Amino acid sequence: MSATAPTPTDSVHQARTPKIRLEKVSKIFGRHADRALELLAQGLDKKTVQERTGVVVGVYDVSLEIAEGEIFVIMGLSGCGKSTLLRLINRLHEPTTGKVFIGEEDITAMGAHALRRLRRSAFGMVFQSFALLPHRNVLSNVEFGLELHGVPRPTRRERAQQAIETVGLSGYEHKYPDELSGGMQQRVGLARALAVDPQILLMDEAFSALDPLIRGQLQDDLIEIQERVGTTVVFVSHDLDEAIKIGTRIAILRDGRLVQVGTPQEILAAPADDYVSAFVRGADRTKVLTAADVMLPLHTFAHLRDSPRALLRKMQHSGFSGLIVLDNQRHPLGYVELRQVIEMRDQARLERSALRPLPCAAPEEPLSELIRRSNVEGSPMVVCDAKGRVIGVIDKTTLLAALAQQGETDESAAATSEQTAEQPACAEPTPNESAQKPPSGESRVSMEREDKS
Amino acid sequence: MKEFAPIPLGEWVSDGIDRLTLEYATAFDSISFVIYELIDSLQSALHAIPAPWFIVLISLLAVLAAGWRRPGGWGLGLFTLVGLGLVWNLRLWDELITTLSLVLASEVLVLLVGIPLGIASAKSAMVERILRPVLDVMQTMPAFVYLVPAVIFFGLGLVPGVISTTIFALPPLIRLTSLGIRQVPRELVEAALSFGATWWQLLTKVQVPVALPAIMAGVNQSIMLGLSMVVIAAMIGAGGLGNVVLEGITQLDVGKGFVGGLAVVILAIVLDRITQSTGKIYQQKGKPR
Repeated sequence: MSATAPTPTDSVHQARTPKIRLEKVSKIFGRHADRALELLAQGLDKKTVQERTGVVVGVYDVSLEIAEGEIFVIMGLSGCGKSTLLRLINRLHEPTTGKVFIGEEDITAMGAHALRRLRRSAFGMVFQSFALLPHRNVLSNVEFGLELHGVPRPTRRERAQQAIETVGLSGYEHKYPDELSGGMQQRVGLARALAVDPQILLMDEAFSALDPLIRGQLQDDLIEIQERVGTTVVFVSHDLDEAIKIGTRIAILRDGRLVQVGTPQEILAAPADDYVSAFVRGADRTKVLTAADVMLPLHTFAHLRDSPRALLRKMQHSGFSGLIVLDNQRHPLGYVELRQVIEMRDQARLERSALRPLPCAAPEEPLSELIRRSNVEGSPMVVCDAKGRVIGVIDKTTLLAALAQQGETDESAAATSEQTAEQPACAEPTPNESAQKPPSGESRVSMEREDKS
Repeated sequence: MKEFAPIPLGEWVSDGIDRLTLEYATAFDSISFVIYELIDSLQSALHAIPAPWFIVLISLLAVLAAGWRRPGGWGLGLFTLVGLGLVWNLRLWDELITTLSLVLASEVLVLLVGIPLGIASAKSAMVERILRPVLDVMQTMPAFVYLVPAVIFFGLGLVPGVISTTIFALPPLIRLTSLGIRQVPRELVEAALSFGATWWQLLTKVQVPVALPAIMAGVNQSIMLGLSMVVIAAMIGAGGLGNVVLEGITQLDVGKGFVGGLAVVILAIVLDRITQSTGKIYQQKGKPR
């Protein structure tokens, strides 16, 4: 699955040349734009300006840079100017003030002819309502952009066919839009945009009209296609989960003003103001936080050669009801519970058959995935590095705490140190550098080392 | 108290029209000539086909237009066959052909004028503002009033009949064309523009095709209005079925009036169904048939 949350390497995007650059762009709908701009400059909000001058503020004073190859998500509540901002990028809306650059070219200064040429060479656009031509079949709809460009029929047939394959619609070429489901119609819309081989793909709430399952599929497909083709994508959405899932960076708009721009992690970790944090509160953190973010260091564990009696003692000490068993290379062997240790207390060592299998998670695995897997058994989950060695542990309590977490990082740090103090048996350094550690004071997982000699 | 003199509105209008006839006589003559040629060639072409052939041909056309796979299509074909056969039997065939060619000729003019005007009024708010009151007047003015200036400009006969029919039948096509184009979803227009469509590409590849069901409804309406006007135009010597009805009225011959009226109704139903189903089929394109 290619839909994992993007890694927080934003500096990479900023270092590249910006593909799209907006300089202090404003869009006012209606007359008396000057007066409205004056009032906005004084800091009045959209509603007040509308009451006083009768104009509608689309966006105000937005400056942005979008790098090549990014999936840039514009977010906000409805009516905050997201779609207006998107349409300013290809000048479907004429900016009232400010400039828009595509590459090196100032699109706001272009004549009609040059603008049309740029639109043909640079842009593909996908719409919330799909905007397919009802009287044309799928193939002909996908050809539409190329047809406008004057591409000869055999070539455009071929390219349309490729685009149809890219979005997985082969076999539907001769269907008409109203014979297709919403999800398939939007695939046609996407294919139509991809067929012109655009440098920039503009997507206006493209998946908002679809049901969640189909939406998820299309999001995955978009990410996959984008990785393959390398198109710059500007995506308008009001769904934060969607933005987090597909966005390399997110811009948050409020009443036409830009409030914050950053990677999903940045925005979740440090919301710029109350508006953003209120916005972000509903976000599904489990898709952003990873195993490495919430795991605890592995302090105490058992070996196969340990005598059950020694383990019992250690369990008594720590108050935990089970132990993780590792081999010499710190590979996980399994999990043993108090009940089984008591049964085996007269034996010399643990029996391998008594161990419960222990799931191993990768450090970058998102929390949502861990939650899905964790509810099967009561045993904790270990986080392993690429060589299969344990680097941390996550139990149910940790997961719950991570879900409940609302920035109480101080508490979590205190709790972790507390636990460490209680069990000084093992002080192995663990590669846990996450700033977003959840509170985990009551972790019941215990690991204890015993030399296997 | 002194009474206000009546404003001589009527005099102004007739003065104006007099001046127009004098100053633009040649223009009117050439328009008249073109239209006369149009009707005349239409009429002689239609007359050239023997009545039985023509009836069968139109019946087949009706079946095709309504969809030969649907039972309704064959019903319409049968109705056309019987209806037109009856008109032929009643010895009204020549009159029917005259009326038909009048309607078709004026419909050609209606299309030539109406669709561009409809598009213009959809695209420009200014044109729309100017056209709206004009269309209101055209639609509410009693149909007879058009006859007088038509006679003054173009004399008696077929040409003023076509002209007044055209004027009378024009408004619905303009309105429905304009409405249809305005109702093309905004995102469809934006989609075309975002791919770099020119004005003409936007119009011909998106707006007109998507608005076509509305435009076809306008065509249907204007044909129906044209047919009703053609009967009235018999009063200025346009001839055709209207003449039969008119004779029935003036001679107090109820039977003759009824027969003429029935022929008009049959023609109306046939034309209406054929044009309507053409529009519907277009609308349903893409749906499983």
